Amino acid sequence: MAETRRSIENAGNRVTTGNQETGQQWKAVPAPSIPEHERPPRLDLRSSLAVRVARLATSMSRRLGLGSGGMIGGRIAMALQPRLLAQLATGRSIVMVTGTNGKTTTTQMIAEALRSNAATVTNATGANMLDGHATALISQLDAPFAALEVDELHLAQATEQLQPAVIVLLNLSRDQLDRVGEIRTVQASLRRALQQAPQTHVIANRDDPNIVAAAVDHPSVTWVSGGVRWKEDAQNCPRCGVFLSDLEDDWKCSCGLHRPPADWIVTPTGVIDPYGVSHELPLRLPGHVNRVNATFALAAALHLGCEGEAALRRIRTLEQASGRYSTIRLDGRQVRLLLAKNPASWLEMLDLVAHNGKPLVLVVNSREADGYDVSWLWDIDFSVLRDRHVLVTGDRALDLAIRLRYEEVPCQVAPSVEEALRLLPAGEPDVIANYTAFRDLFAGRDQK
Amino acid sequence: MTTEAVRIALLLPDLLGTYGDRGNVQVLAQRMKWRGIPSETITVLSSADSVPESCDLYVLGGGEDVAQIAAVRFLSRGPGLKRAAQRGVPILAICGGLQILGTKFTTGDGAEHSGLELVDAVTEPGSKRAIGEVSTQCTLGDVGMLTGFENHLGRTRLGGSTQPLGRVLRGIGNGVAEAEGAVAGHVVCTYMHGPVLARNPKLADLLLEWAIGEPLEPLPELPELPALRKERTRQPLRQRK
Repeated sequence: MAETRRSIENAGNRVTTGNQETGQQWKAVPAPSIPEHERPPRLDLRSSLAVRVARLATSMSRRLGLGSGGMIGGRIAMALQPRLLAQLATGRSIVMVTGTNGKTTTTQMIAEALRSNAATVTNATGANMLDGHATALISQLDAPFAALEVDELHLAQATEQLQPAVIVLLNLSRDQLDRVGEIRTVQASLRRALQQAPQTHVIANRDDPNIVAAAVDHPSVTWVSGGVRWKEDAQNCPRCGVFLSDLEDDWKCSCGLHRPPADWIVTPTGVIDPYGVSHELPLRLPGHVNRVNATFALAAALHLGCEGEAALRRIRTLEQASGRYSTIRLDGRQVRLLLAKNPASWLEMLDLVAHNGKPLVLVVNSREADGYDVSWLWDIDFSVLRDRHVLVTGDRALDLAIRLRYEEVPCQVAPSVEEALRLLPAGEPDVIANYTAFRDLFAGRDQK
Repeated sequence: MTTEAVRIALLLPDLLGTYGDRGNVQVLAQRMKWRGIPSETITVLSSADSVPESCDLYVLGGGEDVAQIAAVRFLSRGPGLKRAAQRGVPILAICGGLQILGTKFTTGDGAEHSGLELVDAVTEPGSKRAIGEVSTQCTLGDVGMLTGFENHLGRTRLGGSTQPLGRVLRGIGNGVAEAEGAVAGHVVCTYMHGPVLARNPKLADLLLEWAIGEPLEPLPELPELPALRKERTRQPLRQRK
């Protein structure tokens, strides 16, 4: 193993022993306060009833094939007992994850990491508003940990109800402008959420000026540095609008906002921890973007008292996150499924497929959950696909085809993904799809 | 035919680049390339000193309130854009770009700001955001029907010699007198994203003809364009969740 080692002499910190498998050593970042996990939340009569009804509704919803059951139980329970969420949260350590991209994957990494220590519930179905949180918390009342993905605009509400131990702020970039609104609005709402939660520890991306603007005034922040791939939403100071030069480096605005020093630094193969110790991150999930996600997960797990090596071993087992990066069979053909729903995530996914020469299908829908406007297709640099023949499909295949033609990318419109697959040469295609397209493909995969 | 490269200025994409409007410049440049005419794209960021005067076509996109105010500050710094407009150089401004080229605009917080006065247009916040497909009958040449996507709170009233770019067939547009966009001389403003020139290449070619001062050979239509324009302008189906 190439990583540097450092003797660890400080007996005051929890220290794992060197791991047999990777030989890596980790120090835990001292956790300021870890609540007792022995007590399951105490529920009053009304709440207990609400929980029982909710569980029934969730299992009915699944059995009848109405949905994944991620929301319905929570929705019913909260209608029966409005104070339920606060009661469900009592005595638990909750990690909330928000940001534009990487929420689902990072939440699942955190859930895995926390399971190295104790039982953990999570809203793995992506139901990332309060009803989804209630459903997750109800699913196992005595689980001491919860890893919850939170919609960017619902962080304030969720924080108020659930009093999380940790909030993870990944990144902010343009996404569904006709639903979510512009980034400064989202940033301001995150900032308000953090103001309400001075006791919560924040783990935030120091390379994203929008995240820094939201988190910098909080009293307790761990800063993660993973670089900034998509820059178009970060070129001007989120506070005052002045142009930020050196976005790749130590950017500093005349208003005082500047890039804070990093606690964790993601490298081309791994990560450097707050003590300056390098660790490898041999993940199954591909790309730099997942090393960044894993670093957030490690930082959160260590803050809550997990051991680094045990947490990493768990994170490494993830092969897919709710279908993201998974290899599935569609109509009998094996494909890799990638989610890209806005310019920043398209950039990351195009990086993954750029030079692999595999057959490629791009799918773009524009339903409510995607946003109805697809002008953002023009923010994406598709020129890496110029020597490829690309199949395009989805509700907005025509917009996508026009976009590709102006970039001189050879393309062909197909009426459906299945039809596109039939038109492709042999090999295992990559399918990059935006939100509802991805969701439908994953749900419609061939069951073995 | 001119042998020098056509200089297309993309103004302030760092401030007014929220809605994919940079695509308009890609469309303009590529349509010149397909005709074998060289073009050069000059990106003017807010870190520049001022707007260069010597370009043949200027393109502005839409952005957020804070960005709009910063953009007005930047564009007022030198006479570049005003002089270009006076010389008849085409300027395309989208959404927030429309608002700041007008006489004045009121932001969401109620504050009133002076615009650059290249078109006679006053913008105030409406009661709710206009979001959705918009189509119009264009008032210019043989451009015909325009299609785009609008997403704005502002309602814009035109005055003086400023004409609308189109009459609204579907959507909100300026929200006043069935007008959409604004035209004064070769200054063309619209609320349409999409980007507008990708969906409406006739408008792109008209701007290019104004830029080089002579007619252009028509290009073969992209195979997906007629179907795309038809799909975007027909009455909406019930939106699927």
